[in-house]
Amino acid sequence: MEKKDYKNVFVFAEQREGVIQPVAFELLGKARDLADVLGEKVVAMFLGYGIKDQAQTLIEYGADEVVVVDTPELKDYLSEQYSQAVYQIIDERKPNIVLYGATTIGRDMAPRLASRLKAGLTADCTKLEIQPNKEGGEDLHSTRPAFGGNLMATIVCPNTRPQMSTVRPGVMQKMQRQPGRNGVVTEFAPKFDTSKFKVKLVKTIKADKQMADISEAKILVSGGRGVHNKEGFDKLQALADVVGGQVASSRAMVDNGVMPHECQVGQTGKTVRPNLYVACGISGAIQHLAGMEESDFIIAINKDKYAPIFSVADLGIVGDLHKIVPMLTERLKKEMAQ
Amino acid sequence: MNIIVCIKQVPDTTEIKIDPVKGTLIREGVPSIMNPDDKGGLELALKMKDQFGAHVTVISMGPPQADVMLREAFAMGADRAILLSDRKFAGADTLATSYALSGLCRMLDYDLIIAGRQAIDGDTAQVGPELAEHLDLPQITYVADAQLMDNGHLLVHKENEDSVQVLEVEGKCLLTVLASAFEPRYMSVSGIIDAYDKEVEVWGADKIDVEEGKLGLAGSPTKVFQSFPKAMKAPGEVHEVSEEEAVELIVNKLKEKHII
Repeated sequence: MEKKDYKNVFVFAEQREGVIQPVAFELLGKARDLADVLGEKVVAMFLGYGIKDQAQTLIEYGADEVVVVDTPELKDYLSEQYSQAVYQIIDERKPNIVLYGATTIGRDMAPRLASRLKAGLTADCTKLEIQPNKEGGEDLHSTRPAFGGNLMATIVCPNTRPQMSTVRPGVMQKMQRQPGRNGVVTEFAPKFDTSKFKVKLVKTIKADKQMADISEAKILVSGGRGVHNKEGFDKLQALADVVGGQVASSRAMVDNGVMPHECQVGQTGKTVRPNLYVACGISGAIQHLAGMEESDFIIAINKDKYAPIFSVADLGIVGDLHKIVPMLTERLKKEMAQ
Repeated sequence: MNIIVCIKQVPDTTEIKIDPVKGTLIREGVPSIMNPDDKGGLELALKMKDQFGAHVTVISMGPPQADVMLREAFAMGADRAILLSDRKFAGADTLATSYALSGLCRMLDYDLIIAGRQAIDGDTAQVGPELAEHLDLPQITYVADAQLMDNGHLLVHKENEDSVQVLEVEGKCLLTVLASAFEPRYMSVSGIIDAYDKEVEVWGADKIDVEEGKLGLAGSPTKVFQSFPKAMKAPGEVHEVSEEEAVELIVNKLKEKHII
């Protein structure tokens, strides 16, 4: 393998049911940074069926080129179909770096491809940087949490290309969209070996919103004793709906029957690590903190300025949640509409 | 039906603490456990054994201490246990680990391979799909349910962020399963007694179908450049302000953090 033959930063631009996923834009934003440091191009791999009209959107979010595979075999994500197509693109184009979202799709396909390509893959990265190496070239440094988040590790692939990473959704920043930005759209026709298509999709069941698991939520609006009752939780639900989040609860409000056990955060409930945790009227018993203190960003709203929740909050507001939460909901509705 | 279950012994990461002075992991006194997702995988295999009389072989790669975990698998109901243990495997990343496991799987008769989704020490979720690829098997990851149908195919529920895919697979395949979907059974008393009469087979690199150059550190494309403790959280800001100002503060912060 000649490392210098491998060029450009590729992104697997994930779509579901024809909707480009936010993580695709985030990856393009990061890929743009990396490619600019390297003096290389950003190439999006965009696979699906009936999707090619959207390729320009990926260009406007930072891609210089979009390789589109638009074919009925790729209507729904299936490991083998997608792996064959992406493998053939990578095999032909020889990228330096390939980024995937650390989703149930990216984390299914990327290791399959790493094994096929004999390439190094780093999972669930939270930071990506280009650093010079000893040979006068450059390596990708991928940093990720390990040991349950107790330790951070920086991983490199000194001898092999492409260098591949999956990246957690919500971590990287997308570029400001540039309408009319110029780029190239290339259509790619993979040659499928259908004898390997052993898994058939019988049906897809959409997740019931009520049943969604709070430990998978990106945004949680959580309530404690200060929320008082079901009507109080309706205010939290309204806020959660505006930001695409879910409602969670402290133990107190589960024990008194206001909220179901599935919503409970803490030692005897669930451990959560969302991008945003809004603690409303939660004092912050140690058992509750144990279940949520690893959240990326914590906002606490509580009347009691000595409440222990403020010790883990990134932003603490001393005040009445029953006034602040509805006002915040209205304000965010306006923000989101823009 | 022959089922292989891949299991790993891991430190219980919920018990790990950081040395506040040296900033390193304190491993002493941290119990070693069977990785939870793998234990869920073993439970799925044992359920199939209960229903159809499958033969369940647990395999693991690791140091000799993993013997304890393999005996736990015996006590739960596994029929055979093989531990890959050899200095030649040392320093393996997920690709070299999955390659060694593929060499072992090729020595065994199997209809189905089950692995956990991911191990709690590395959290990569890579070994299962990489192993499937080495063996040229179809894979289904994030499995929440799997039923053997009358026609011999498996009907599998794959859990995604926003949906469940119901998938049908014909012939041999590899599943990676979620611990949350398969509550593991307890070890039975007779099982515990029997577990110590059974033999945990320890195999070295010479007993499996592999090229030595692709094992361990030499076969690992990824290297750990450095590791460091997670930065301690800086104390946050607390404001006692009017409701209007509070909303303003929150909205600005959410924008700054790109949450909205």
